[in-house]
Amino acid sequence: MAATNDPFQFQEFEEAGNLLEVNRDATTISIEDDGPEPQKQRNAAGYSPDADNDDPLGTDDTAELLSGQKKNAPFWTFEYYQKFFDIETHHVKERIFGSMMPWPGKNFIHVYLRRNPDLYGPFWICITFVFAIAISGNISNFLVHSGKPNYRYTPEFRKVTIAATAIFSYAWLLPLALWGLLLWRSNKVMSLVSYSFMEIVCAYGYSLSIYVPAVVLWILPYEWLRWCSIVVALCLSGSVLVMTFWPAVRDDHPKIIIAIMSGIVLLNVLLALGCKTYFFSTPEDSHPDGK
Amino acid sequence: MAAAEDSRPFAGLSDVSISEDIPVEGDISVPVGSSRRDDELSTLDEPVKETILRDLRAVGKKFVHVLYPKRSSALLRDWDLWGPLLLCVTLALLLQGGAADSDNQGGPQFAEVFVIIWFGSIIITLNSKLLGGTISFFQSLCVLGYCIMPLTVAMAVCRLVLLGVTGSVGFAVRLAVVTVSFGWSTFASTAFLTDSQPPNRKALVVYPVFLFYFVISWMVLTFSPSQ
Repeated sequence: MAATNDPFQFQEFEEAGNLLEVNRDATTISIEDDGPEPQKQRNAAGYSPDADNDDPLGTDDTAELLSGQKKNAPFWTFEYYQKFFDIETHHVKERIFGSMMPWPGKNFIHVYLRRNPDLYGPFWICITFVFAIAISGNISNFLVHSGKPNYRYTPEFRKVTIAATAIFSYAWLLPLALWGLLLWRSNKVMSLVSYSFMEIVCAYGYSLSIYVPAVVLWILPYEWLRWCSIVVALCLSGSVLVMTFWPAVRDDHPKIIIAIMSGIVLLNVLLALGCKTYFFSTPEDSHPDGK
Repeated sequence: MAAAEDSRPFAGLSDVSISEDIPVEGDISVPVGSSRRDDELSTLDEPVKETILRDLRAVGKKFVHVLYPKRSSALLRDWDLWGPLLLCVTLALLLQGGAADSDNQGGPQFAEVFVIIWFGSIIITLNSKLLGGTISFFQSLCVLGYCIMPLTVAMAVCRLVLLGVTGSVGFAVRLAVVTVSFGWSTFASTAFLTDSQPPNRKALVVYPVFLFYFVISWMVLTFSPSQ
């Protein structure tokens, strides 16, 4: 690099890009760039769908410090939460479709979130799911029991609160536990990819979006239809979650990998089955509501 | 010399002297506009009936704006929360007396309706502000609350229908009425709210409003009377 040993002689340095090749974690600033763009392009290029990258995605905040938009506001201010709503309509649509149709090798967080997790999707998808379950359950109960003489229709409003508790704890408390678990493991195994809490919440929230049409389908009182749609929804959302979290655990101890992956899948199955059995009564139920 | 003297203003006054022992006295009084002060304080002096009627007229004017939603800024400029409170209490009262009122699988209680309407409005307002909307917090609450009016009217109509007609004909009538008023509410509130949003996020703001009125319509439609 430097031609002479004279410290006062101006030294020609190589381009920032070449410097970055040597050490990918280094932060480089070049005078003529416009700040965030070269860094982001490099990141995006590094995450091509078929590239088996071992780069730590991490919660490094060098990118955030370089990009002017994400200021580190304290968490009790309004601006802190505003940066999680920095998305547009087509982004939300892409993310929902991406979570419904998993593609092998496409990691949801890498491909769709791209360091911009949002809170809009998880929150409103959860609320939609809560009301979809409550309303569909109510309609399906009505359709199943309507012929019976003792049946009195009730709106069953209490079930909304129960549904809300179950779904919000699945979509928000479980990512908290998973994030803590991944953080603990990444302290022990150095080369683990780790996701930020918001990215995990985003992945879980968007993975629930396949359940909303499935739950609406469950209104029709045909058991084979319900089981088909539950299996399809489970496969799709489970595979999205598994493919998302696979890079985070694959370098770990095999037993831990199996434990975490099976935990994710099992809780997903539990949620689906629990919703179905609690909110939707089957035509074989012969106990009319004695009201 | 003379011409120069003549051209100076007040040329002839240079030899006027004022003796110092002429007292200068008089009265300086500022004309107090006593009638004007009475106008400013007049809202304290007016009869209570006037004050109440003025507020009622403002609320009534906003009801008319909801009935014929145009892109006017009157609803936004002078927001008030009397109308939403009135509508919310009316709707919650009309939703009482339903089937299985004392059981735990009945319809929504008064407090639940209240919480849904007010918390729902607050969450939608926060959502639109976080997405970069320029509307203020209380203006948005005001708009969302006033646009519940078609659904309150539909609830009253549904209760009347339930008194007379039962069975599937009654249900069809109620469904039609509730659907129309749901569309009216959503259309009216989006007419007021979408102007303040950036254009690439309008759908993100409209969807929660749609969900909010859908849930309220569901509560109105599934009201079943105790028999």
